[in-house]
Amino acid sequence: MSETTKKGQALKIAVSAAVVLGSLFLLQKLLEPKYVDDVVEGAFVAEYYQEEKDFDVIFIGDCEVYENFSPAVLWQDYGINSYIRGSAEQYIWQSYYLLEDTLRYETPEVVVFNVQSLQFNESQREAYNRMSLEGMKWSSSKVKAIFASMKENENFLDYVFPILRYHSRWSELSGTDLQYMFQKKKVSFNGYYMRVDVRPAENIPEGKPLADYRFGENAWSYLEKIAALCEEKDIELILIKAPSLYPYWYPEWDEQVREFAEEKGLTYLNFLELGEETGIDYSTDTYDGGLHMNLSGAEKLSHYLGRLLREDVGLSDRRGEADLSAVWTEKLDAYEAEKLAQYEYYGMEIG
Amino acid sequence: MLFTSYAFLGFLLVLIPAYYLIPKRWQWPLLLAASYLFYAAAGIKFLAYILVTTVTVYAAACLMEDNLLRQKAYVKARKEELSREEKKAYQDSQKRIRLRWLTACLLLNLGILAVVKYANFVISNINGVLSAFSGAGRLSFMTLALPMGISFYTFQAIGYLVDVYRGTVPAERNLLKFGLFISFFPQLVQGPISRFGDLSRTLCEPHTWDGRRVSFGLQRMLWGYFKKMVIADRVLAGVSTIVGSPETYGGAYALVGMLLYTLELYADFTGGIDITIGVSEALGVVVQENFHRPYFSKSLKEYWRRWHISMCNWFRDYIFYPVSTSKPMQKLSKFTRRRFGERAGKRVPVYLSTFTVWLATGVWHGASWNFIVWGLANWVVLMASEELEPLYGKFHGRFRVEGKLWYKIFQVGRTFLLVCCLNLFDCYSSLADTFSVFASIFTTGNWYVLWDGSLLGLGLSMLDYGILAVGTLAMLSVSLVQRSGGIRERIAKRPYAVRFMVWYGLFLVILLAGAYGVGYDASQFIYNQF
Repeated sequence: MSETTKKGQALKIAVSAAVVLGSLFLLQKLLEPKYVDDVVEGAFVAEYYQEEKDFDVIFIGDCEVYENFSPAVLWQDYGINSYIRGSAEQYIWQSYYLLEDTLRYETPEVVVFNVQSLQFNESQREAYNRMSLEGMKWSSSKVKAIFASMKENENFLDYVFPILRYHSRWSELSGTDLQYMFQKKKVSFNGYYMRVDVRPAENIPEGKPLADYRFGENAWSYLEKIAALCEEKDIELILIKAPSLYPYWYPEWDEQVREFAEEKGLTYLNFLELGEETGIDYSTDTYDGGLHMNLSGAEKLSHYLGRLLREDVGLSDRRGEADLSAVWTEKLDAYEAEKLAQYEYYGMEIG
Repeated sequence: MLFTSYAFLGFLLVLIPAYYLIPKRWQWPLLLAASYLFYAAAGIKFLAYILVTTVTVYAAACLMEDNLLRQKAYVKARKEELSREEKKAYQDSQKRIRLRWLTACLLLNLGILAVVKYANFVISNINGVLSAFSGAGRLSFMTLALPMGISFYTFQAIGYLVDVYRGTVPAERNLLKFGLFISFFPQLVQGPISRFGDLSRTLCEPHTWDGRRVSFGLQRMLWGYFKKMVIADRVLAGVSTIVGSPETYGGAYALVGMLLYTLELYADFTGGIDITIGVSEALGVVVQENFHRPYFSKSLKEYWRRWHISMCNWFRDYIFYPVSTSKPMQKLSKFTRRRFGERAGKRVPVYLSTFTVWLATGVWHGASWNFIVWGLANWVVLMASEELEPLYGKFHGRFRVEGKLWYKIFQVGRTFLLVCCLNLFDCYSSLADTFSVFASIFTTGNWYVLWDGSLLGLGLSMLDYGILAVGTLAMLSVSLVQRSGGIRERIAKRPYAVRFMVWYGLFLVILLAGAYGVGYDASQFIYNQF
């Protein structure tokens, strides 16, 4: 083969490889769900990586944390810098690996973990796995989280190359997919998902009797791991049960968590029993009939927790830190703007 | 390890480069190791079945050949001493020994196949008879998993054994090479049923890297994946809905289901064979074609020469010929010739032999009465066509339609519809459902479902129908082009940019329009469990 032919061959291969890799990359970017319109929960986990990682408190859990606590209030009124690492139906093993992932960047003073996810001993839906895991940056924690979460019909390669999972989304593409192909807009406020509308709690069903009230071994082992990891890193772990009326939180479940907390010397707050202290009113503080708090409910819970973190845990007020304050000023502006926009959207008076 | 799994693609990604990088003498042992690994992936316990077949057939073939060689040497050494009668008596006695080896080995291997594949079918029929007599006990079913491709490798092994017995191929003396012939992984899943004489020519030979051959192999695989993943696995949702509820989906639905199933079967089976032949080609191994554009056939007889060719040839060579030339059949032929004349004397053996072939074909396809009736229905149509041949001849002579394009299209369409109707036996799980669904096509009268949007409630969206229509058109176009030569060869003559766009375009179509991953049921190849 002559030198010119060899060069021509090499050029052909190089150009072909570039076309293949480039087109596959662009297609993947286009087809991946953007989570900026209807289902925004899938965007929360990834937003953390854009932050300056110097948080005092990290919340870990499912919708019972990202809809129930407002880091903006914790900063504004208590000077606590916090972030919520939560996504929809985030399973406890995902929470553990997200905590492990967080500790690669920073070591907060306090981790607040919501225990509702103990009810699941294995992943329930692939869609929730996707929302919790896709946003994580690649690390050994993400790989372990994927293997711990995958259902039978899932494949690790689909997480590595999301185009294999979303290959058929081309039939439902919209302008948003093109607009946010490379840069996504922020949809949370330090991981908090804001809703200002109100739908009072009515007719909350009682929990059905269970054959066995013990938490599954797998789920329980991850609670042990979370506690061990916090102990190892000298982080104060606070266990909470958010005041969501449904799914039902059984007294038998509560007892197991309480015993665990006592045994490990941890604080456990069951907000379902702290109605008077927090001032939660289920006729005004929930937007979906008692499942999740609206802004009013989330701010009430944040005040309760803020006081506790300052007074009992002894976190300091950081509002005097100029750089951090500047960052929060910008965040609070966005927070207030979103509040106004939502009040206007729902035709509500500014609270 | 399904052909459509990531594991299989990863397996090939390691195997093909390794195959050409190692010393050539290690190529076939690598293929053997890869084949057993592939088989073990379906369940390590299944290896025992294929190993038993390999060892017993290998041993029986060697023993038969040894016996034949000894016989020849004995006769040669005593050429002068033995009278003609003594020589014949000796040869007959030795042939009987070989026949005993053949029979024992056939019984063992067909016995294994019969037990794992048909035992529960027999038990259910016995239970059916027993339950007719109240108070009779019931036999319990066996819990035996069907080893992957057992019908294919058993038939391939039997074909080899009979060929050795007949002296048409020499026995393979290397057990490992023979093991590779039986277990060669691309054809384990769904055939084709290769002949030792054909496959062994390239299977154990050393192969040098040939970029053109490897890329041709990969192109063939790509086309197979297109058929399987874009068409067969997509149409599956609609077929499953219709076939799953015969009481709901009768009439026009059944007609649609029948057509969709025929499309699925074609795309699934020919797609799988494309992958088999493509993988083999990339490894330098030549595997026989198993299809020759079957839906272009102008009669059912022609269809069965073009569909699942290796299976049809197997039944012809190892059942039809032995049965039709057997002594009882010859006696029957003489008897009918004497009693009913020359015409009947010629036909009775042919009809009975083809009956045996189609009964066996039905049984081979599955352990159910549906498959048996399907086989016999094919036999009835074929024999009826044979009987009506003179009438057709008169018609063609009178109206001079033969050779005219519109008449050819009519014949092709007629054969296609006939095949679709026969496929109904394959779709439904009981004969009662099959017949009632078939009757409903003519009696229900719900033709409005074809245009009132009801077809969108079968698990297939408008987009799915669109993809299926375009995909079917693509398959049809390729078949039409193939009539005047290989399509890969034509594309290979085009400039590089065109070639790149064609094959990368096909890859993207599979990637984006393939029915795979979460949300789609991973479908095994239909012929996987035969």
